[in-house]
Amino acid sequence: MVVLWKVESTMDHTVRSYEDELALLDKKIAHMGGLAENNLGQSFEALERRDPKLAESVIRSDRAIDGLQRDIEEQVISMIARRQPMADDLRHVMAAIRISGDLERIGDLAKNIAKRALAVAHETHPKPLISGFRHMVELALRQLKDVLDAYADRDPQRALQVWNEDAQIDAMYNSLFRELLTYMMEDPRNIGLSTHLLFGAKNIERVGDHTTNIAETVHYMVHGTSIGDDRPKVEQISAIDMMKG
Amino acid sequence: MNMFSKDTGASAAIAGQTERISVKDLKFFYGKHLALKGINLPLYDRQVTAFIGPSGCGKSTLLRVLNRMYDLYPGQRAEGSVMFDGKNLLDKGIDLNLLRSRIGMVFQKPTPFPMTIYENIAFGIRLYEKLPKSELDGRVESALKKSALWPEVKDKLNANGMSLSGGQQQRLCIARTVAIQPEVILFDEPCSALDPISTAKIEELIDELKSDFTIAIVTHNMQQAARTSQYTAFMYLGDLVEFGLTPGIFTRPTDKRTQDYITGRFG
Repeated sequence: MVVLWKVESTMDHTVRSYEDELALLDKKIAHMGGLAENNLGQSFEALERRDPKLAESVIRSDRAIDGLQRDIEEQVISMIARRQPMADDLRHVMAAIRISGDLERIGDLAKNIAKRALAVAHETHPKPLISGFRHMVELALRQLKDVLDAYADRDPQRALQVWNEDAQIDAMYNSLFRELLTYMMEDPRNIGLSTHLLFGAKNIERVGDHTTNIAETVHYMVHGTSIGDDRPKVEQISAIDMMKG
Repeated sequence: MNMFSKDTGASAAIAGQTERISVKDLKFFYGKHLALKGINLPLYDRQVTAFIGPSGCGKSTLLRVLNRMYDLYPGQRAEGSVMFDGKNLLDKGIDLNLLRSRIGMVFQKPTPFPMTIYENIAFGIRLYEKLPKSELDGRVESALKKSALWPEVKDKLNANGMSLSGGQQQRLCIARTVAIQPEVILFDEPCSALDPISTAKIEELIDELKSDFTIAIVTHNMQQAARTSQYTAFMYLGDLVEFGLTPGIFTRPTDKRTQDYITGRFG
């Protein structure tokens, strides 16, 4: 396996305003990530508690996320034009622009859940379904938080962990999908609500995909290589697991 | 340090290239001062290699060793070997005129001779070859075409070379170098005295010249190194710190010093 070493610069840039601009970029990503996390959590709460007011507030605040994305894009374009970033700086600004794109999409997915929360606000939700949904949201939120921390701390190990754990969200989505199908088959009157929940769950699954993208970006930002290059082979894992018995 | 010790994508690709010049354990002294501390470096055939590094790192010294420019100065000497076409060009017996006709050099400031544009080029050719007038004309024209200067000067070949603009003068110097039909061309900060348009023309020219010549370029302009070269060597305090494919050096250097330098963290 290829050993990756981190080429870390401990020194600041000679031009201090450059240093400030890079730090500002991180601040904006952190802010944007916080908003996306918040909206995702609240969109699910609005759905669970059938709270149209909360849903509307999520829908409104998505604009702030979109605004931040435009802001980050403009800043990166301006930095490329004025400073011609190289090496880790280049990877840093490219990572920021990519991550802001993923966070913007996560915001959109939260907004979509909020819209569905509005649509099903007057229907009763079957408990087991909503609790399956809740687990999925909790896991997605934890992953998102972890990957944002991995970005802030330049921690590719943590990013790799997030990347590996996305399979759990996929598995949860598959099981929720089966439950919802059964529920619909039991009584056609459930189809409307179930469809909204199904799309909602699909949205969470997509949040997981964007989180995975961010994990890949963090890995690239730190090492300059793609995460796939050092992914342990599935066959190898199962072989080791089999040896462990 | 051994630049191939780390498993980078660069070293794998490098394996496919032919070395035109091989620098081995090269040490260089200005009197007692050790300016190059044992350099190992290949210059690949018909590729552009850029030497970058802060002032005083030895990049210009290295370039000057490659065509024995230092021989003009007493007290300067080189140790180690620079293999070129099976011979160590540091050897005492090397014919320097012949060497410099095979390894040409273009300097920082354009240095046209105070004579006509035509003579600026013909002068160099006559030093090495005796050609009939018609053939000489052809060589001058082809050199000027190769240097992308022909359309601008074809109607005034008898004008003084000094009457050209700075960028044109530099291309004239490149034409003068090219006319002798060398195998290697060394560029020592060829654009540092030129405006951006002239710089772009020289860079375009370097790009075209590399199909015929092996090229080494010393530049303080990082973007220029990134734009023009296939390989980049980063030097610091007389050492070669890192050598590899240019895209790799500028996106993921493996040495902290390279990273700090190209990102503007020290100077």
